Amino acid sequence: MNENINFLLAGVGGQGTILASDVLVNVGLAAGYQAKQAEVHGMSQRGGSVTSHVRWGKVVYSPIAAAGEVDVLLAFEKAEALRNIPQLRPGGLVVINIEAIKPLTVTSGGQPYPDDEHLKTTFAQATSHTVYVNGAAIATELGNSRVANVVLLGALAAQVDQSGMAGTGLTYDTWLEVIRGRVPQKYIELNQKAFQAGWEIVKK
Amino acid sequence: MIQLLSGNEAVARGAWEAGVTVASAYPGTPSTEILETLARFPKVYAEWAPNEKVAVDVAIGAAYAGRRSLAAMKHVGLNVAADAFMYVAETGVEAGIVIVSADDPGMHSSQNEQDNRTLAKFARVPCLEPSDSQEAKDLTIAAFGLSERFDTPVLLRLTTRICHSTTAVELGEWVEPALPEAAQKFPRNPAKYVMVPGNARKRHPVIEQRILDIAEFAETFPYNRIESGDKSLGIITAGIAYQYAREVFPQASFLHLGMTWPLPEKMIRKFAASVDRVIVIEELDAFIEEAVKLMGIPVEGKSIFPIIGELDPGVVRESAIHAGLLPESARPPLVKVDAGTLPARPPVLCPGCPHRSTFYILNKLKVPVNGDIGCYTLGLVPPLNAIHSCGCMGASIGVAHGAMKAGSPERHVAVIGDSTFFHTGIPALINVVYNQSPVVTVIMDNRITGMTGHQENPATGRTLQGKEAVEIEFEPLVRAIGVKHVKTVEAFQVEEIEKTLKEFISLDEPSVLITREPCALLPEGRKRWVSLEVISDKCNGCSLCFRIGCPAILKSDELDERYQRPKALIDSGLCTGCEICAQVCPRDAITFRS
Repeated sequence: MNENINFLLAGVGGQGTILASDVLVNVGLAAGYQAKQAEVHGMSQRGGSVTSHVRWGKVVYSPIAAAGEVDVLLAFEKAEALRNIPQLRPGGLVVINIEAIKPLTVTSGGQPYPDDEHLKTTFAQATSHTVYVNGAAIATELGNSRVANVVLLGALAAQVDQSGMAGTGLTYDTWLEVIRGRVPQKYIELNQKAFQAGWEIVKK
Repeated sequence: MIQLLSGNEAVARGAWEAGVTVASAYPGTPSTEILETLARFPKVYAEWAPNEKVAVDVAIGAAYAGRRSLAAMKHVGLNVAADAFMYVAETGVEAGIVIVSADDPGMHSSQNEQDNRTLAKFARVPCLEPSDSQEAKDLTIAAFGLSERFDTPVLLRLTTRICHSTTAVELGEWVEPALPEAAQKFPRNPAKYVMVPGNARKRHPVIEQRILDIAEFAETFPYNRIESGDKSLGIITAGIAYQYAREVFPQASFLHLGMTWPLPEKMIRKFAASVDRVIVIEELDAFIEEAVKLMGIPVEGKSIFPIIGELDPGVVRESAIHAGLLPESARPPLVKVDAGTLPARPPVLCPGCPHRSTFYILNKLKVPVNGDIGCYTLGLVPPLNAIHSCGCMGASIGVAHGAMKAGSPERHVAVIGDSTFFHTGIPALINVVYNQSPVVTVIMDNRITGMTGHQENPATGRTLQGKEAVEIEFEPLVRAIGVKHVKTVEAFQVEEIEKTLKEFISLDEPSVLITREPCALLPEGRKRWVSLEVISDKCNGCSLCFRIGCPAILKSDELDERYQRPKALIDSGLCTGCEICAQVCPRDAITFRS
């Protein structure tokens, strides 16, 4: 069990990283940790790269972790996964949503977009704990593509559970409880299914 | 009760618990959520003012009238409000007034990274700096008390990481403030509130004495505190830098300053005498460091830690290792991989943005464009490349006028948004008319303050607290100023915009084009989204549609047979159906909404 757990969420403006980090920080609090979260609003929301830090610990001072101290990386987009790999602790846990959002620099600027093989070999060099999730496909199958971020959270939760880094104070139900408290009544069942679908990718 | 709050939410909560009655602000990242949060509390009047100077005047009026008040802004907003900030420092108030400045080290969404603690010192005003959300709430409450006790405005200085970090806060109750006499009747006290030279001369010694009195008070201010640890290193720090320092130097002794102006000299001397070596860790300027040096205390700060940019635990640790304060082994092992060259992902105009058409045309016309602050500053990004200067709110029109008066052989176009035009654009347009230059002003009217996340403004028809309001129309306004050539065009009418701009550029008199269309991201706008399609057979990969810089238009894997160029493809998940690309396409290869 770790004294501190540092999460980094990385994606593109509009992908729902802020909602996911809101769930994460509250799960930390519910699990009995001190928890802090930091994000940057503003220009980055206009299609730029966005990151959000969440830290759990006995005592947490800084709301952001230094490079090399991220225990868990949740990437909502493939190029953003690679962009943030220097933040990861060697051997850390990773969940990557296999979505490509190509920036204008690629679509009309001619810069190359990294291919999947490069993504996989790079992460394999950094850690043996990377899970790839097709969040959009699973969410669409469940009936609403917008719950992709909860699918990803499910996979992340299962990764954390499997690693034992959070100890026994944090259970499947702790996560569900926090998610239930954050979505409208009529979407609770959908979100539960999404979380479970993500969880099962790791736990199957 | 404990709740997770952002620093901004905590300031709002603190102001409410302290019984704030009037709050005014102009939106600006990272400060915007303070007023958005405060507006939802009972017994508070909260408003968006057209600019920060007006916001501070409004707060001053309320504080003169005996009610606790607050004005909030981003750091550069205090430049706009500096005139008001300086006179209220001189007059003092009847009830507490707190001015919140949210500084942006690292310039996440700003044009500079000025450190506004200097403005507090400049104005002889105390400056409080929280280092988490709990302190943001507590210091807001303390600031009102300080303001009343010493008859002074108080500057509450936040930074982006404080504003937008979420940490636990113990909630308190609303306390009804004891109202002074002025709450019944506005004070008739010209010696204090009418700053003609004769009165102002008498106020100056008062405020010089006041800052000395506050410095004495700072010695016992509970948010200035010594946290004793190992005596070999003593760290003086404040704000978010305190958290980074505690993280990186777990064993050291700390002097945590909740008030960074004026400084508690005796406490600093006592602390410095208790440790072998003193360093200051602070973000941006050597503000504390220089003051401590003036006390004659040997101290290091910016010789170790950067004066530029945002700190974080990694930067603080790396600097400390470099200076020999920490061993090399303090550095965590890093992953040894090469992520390769990654495509840059700068912020861009959104799909369906009503500003895009105008920038496409301005780029085509190759005119110099003086820009302004807002989403439309992104007209700078390739392939639009249509902004050639942008400095601060309201600068566009004045800069264009000056360039033309200097004899610039080209016709200048000033581009300014609706909210920014209200902010500081109007006087500059009056100048263009009065002093006669043929500047073409484009007011990009999307009915909302966009970049900061959709705040109401005088063109929206609604106030911050949801009251219906007059929708100020630009056309009669600019005609009243004296502009004769005025035209309003729907922002998606590409041809009409081109025709009007060409006409206005040929004139020898001031002209104003108003491009009007609500922001595509507004809830009403989202309901109208329909994706367009590329008719693949008609597309020959000419790439004209790529030149509008829309993120929804992609290069297809399919090549045109004749030219072997990639055809266009529209991402149906992103396209809103604004039809700019369809209008630009010479081969009718993109469908209209039908």
